[in-house]
Amino acid sequence: MSETTKNPTAPATPARSSEAAMSPTRRAVRQFFSNKLAVLGTAILVALVLFSFVGPLLYPTEQVSTNLMASNLTPGEQGHVLGTDGLGYDVLGRLMVAGQTSILVGLAAGVLATVIGTLWGSIAGYAGGWVDAVMMRIVDAGIAVPGIFLLLVISAIVRPSESMMVLIIGLVSWLVPARLTRAEALSLKTRDYVLAVKATGGSNTRAVVRHIIPNTIGTVVVNATFQVADAILLIAYISFLGMGLQPPATDWGAMLSEGISSVYSGAWWLIFPAGIAIVLVVCAFNFIGDGLRDMFDVRGQQ
Amino acid sequence: MTTTAVRDNSNIRLFGLFMIKRLVQAAVVIAIVSVIVFLLLQALPGGPARGILGQAATPAQIEAFNHEMGFDLPLIQQYFNYVSQWLTGNLGRSFVMNEDVSSLIAQRLPKTLILAIAAVGGALLVSIPLGMAQALRRNKPFDYIITGINFVVYSTPSFFLGLLLIMFFAQLLGILPASAPQGNTVGEILAQPKEMVLPALTSGLAGVATFSRYMRSSTIDNLHEDYVRTARAKGTAMKRVVARHVLRNSLTPVVTMLGYYLPVMFGGALVVEQLFNYPGMGLLFWNAAQTTDFPVLLGCILVISLATVIGSLLADITQFILDPRSRGGVK
Repeated sequence: MSETTKNPTAPATPARSSEAAMSPTRRAVRQFFSNKLAVLGTAILVALVLFSFVGPLLYPTEQVSTNLMASNLTPGEQGHVLGTDGLGYDVLGRLMVAGQTSILVGLAAGVLATVIGTLWGSIAGYAGGWVDAVMMRIVDAGIAVPGIFLLLVISAIVRPSESMMVLIIGLVSWLVPARLTRAEALSLKTRDYVLAVKATGGSNTRAVVRHIIPNTIGTVVVNATFQVADAILLIAYISFLGMGLQPPATDWGAMLSEGISSVYSGAWWLIFPAGIAIVLVVCAFNFIGDGLRDMFDVRGQQ
Repeated sequence: MTTTAVRDNSNIRLFGLFMIKRLVQAAVVIAIVSVIVFLLLQALPGGPARGILGQAATPAQIEAFNHEMGFDLPLIQQYFNYVSQWLTGNLGRSFVMNEDVSSLIAQRLPKTLILAIAAVGGALLVSIPLGMAQALRRNKPFDYIITGINFVVYSTPSFFLGLLLIMFFAQLLGILPASAPQGNTVGEILAQPKEMVLPALTSGLAGVATFSRYMRSSTIDNLHEDYVRTARAKGTAMKRVVARHVLRNSLTPVVTMLGYYLPVMFGGALVVEQLFNYPGMGLLFWNAAQTTDFPVLLGCILVISLATVIGSLLADITQFILDPRSRGGVK
C-alpha cells in the first residue's frame, strides 16, 4: 500500500546521488551487503568453512579407525567435547570431516550442474527451431524422472565414491539451469549486439560463448547458489536412504541418519549438531542466492 | 453478435492448436522417458539378467534367461518389445516379491496419494492466506519473520524435520503416535487419522514454505498491476480490490505450480514414508533399492514420470484457461 501511494517523481535523496556516482561493481557489492540475510548467509558460510577445514588443525581427532573402547561417550567425557558415536568417533571432529564432504561435494555438484545446464540451455535457445525443440524435450524428460529416484537406482548398482557422487548429482540436476538459460538466450539472441556479431561474420560459437553466456551470468550465478544448496540436501537424503558414501567417509546427512537410531536413547549430540549444520549450510547458500538475486535483478530493486 | 462469434471461434481454434502442440510434446517426452528407463535397464552390470537373477547366477543360467526373455535380440527390437509390454500395462514382475509390478504399484500408489492430498491440501490452506498477508505487509517485521521461518523450513531435510516433530509431539508431549498408519487397504489407512498427522505435517511443512513464497511474490506482482491502481483511483477499498481481483489473479501461478509439484511430492514421499514406515509407493521403491529389485525400481520410475508429464500438461492447460495473457505463447 505504501508502494502505491509513493510519489514516483520525488527528488532523489542525497544518499541516492552519491550512490549513482559509484562504479557499478561497488554499487552491486553494496546492494548485496545491504541485504541483511545475504550478509548473515555469508557469515554462516565462512564460519562453517573455517570450522570444517581449519577446525581439524586446532582440534585433531582420529576419524579413520574406530575405537570401540571409547564408544557412546557423553559430551565432555574423556575430553570429547561433543561425546563419541557408537563406533568411538569423536563427534565434534567428525562434524568437521563430514562438513568438508558436504561442502565440497555440494559445491562441485552444484557447479557441474550449472555448467552443463548453462551450455545446454544457451545452445538450445540460440539455435532455436528443431534443435531447440529436441534439446528441450530431453530436458522435459529428465525433469519428469525425479532425480532422487534415479540416484537411488544408480546407488543400488554402484556404491558411490565422492567423485562419483558429484558426477551423479551434477547429471541429475542440470535441468533447471538449462531451462533458465534457454529462456534468457531466446531473448538475448535477438539483441542488436548479437545480431551484429553474426552480421560481421562472427561464428555462432563466438556469439554463444562471448555474448549469450556472459549476459546470462546473473541468472546463472543466482541459480548456482541454489543448486549448491539443493545438492547438499540431496547428499543428505541419499545418506538417509542408506545409499551414501562408504564409511569411514561421511557427511552431515550420514551422521544425522546414524543418529536417528539414538532418538529414543536421548543421545542428542548424535542428532542435533549434524542436523543443525545441514540447516545452517543450506540456509546460508539460500540466503546468499537471494542476496545475489537482488544484486543482479534490477527490476526487484526499490 | 458476429464479433463475439468470431472471437469465440478463434479462441477455440487457439485452444485446439495449443492442445495439439502440447499433447505432441507430452508424447515425445514420454517416449524419451521410456528410452531412459530402457537404457537404465541395459546399464545394469551384467545386464538385466544379473539384476534379476542376482549375483549368484551362473553364466549358463544367465544365457538361458536372456534367451527366454528376449534379451539376446538386437537392442532396438528389445526396446520395442518393452514398449509394447508397457502399453498393455505390463511393467514386468518382481522376482523378489514374486508379484506383478503393476499390481504392487496399484496397491501402494493410492496410499501415497492419500498422504500427498493431506499434506498438499493442508499446506495450501495455510500458505495462500499466509503468502497474501506477507505481500500486503511487504518488508515489515511480519513479512521478514515468516520469510525467515520459510527459509529455515525449506533448508531443513525433511527427515530431520520429521525427527524433530516426532521428538516434540510423540516423545515430549506424547499426544501423537510416532508411527504411520498401517494396513493393506485404503480404508484401513483412512481409519487411522491420528497416525496420519505427523507424516502429513512433515511433508506439508515443506509445502507451506514453497507455496507461500509463490503466493507472496505473485500477490506482490499483482499489487503493482494497473488494474489495482485503477480500482484504487476509482475509490474502491483496498480490501475489496484484494478480495475480488488480486486473490483470483495471484492464485493462477500457485494452481499451475501444483502440476509441477508432483516430482517434488514423490521425492518427498520417498523420504517421509521411509522415516515413518508408511506403506506407500516411496517405501516400495526404497525396499526395492535395498534388494536391488530392478523391475520394481524401473516400473515405479516409469509410473512417476508418466504422472509428472501429465501433471505439467494439466498445469499448462490450466494456465491457458485461467490466464489469457499466457496465450501469446502459442506459436
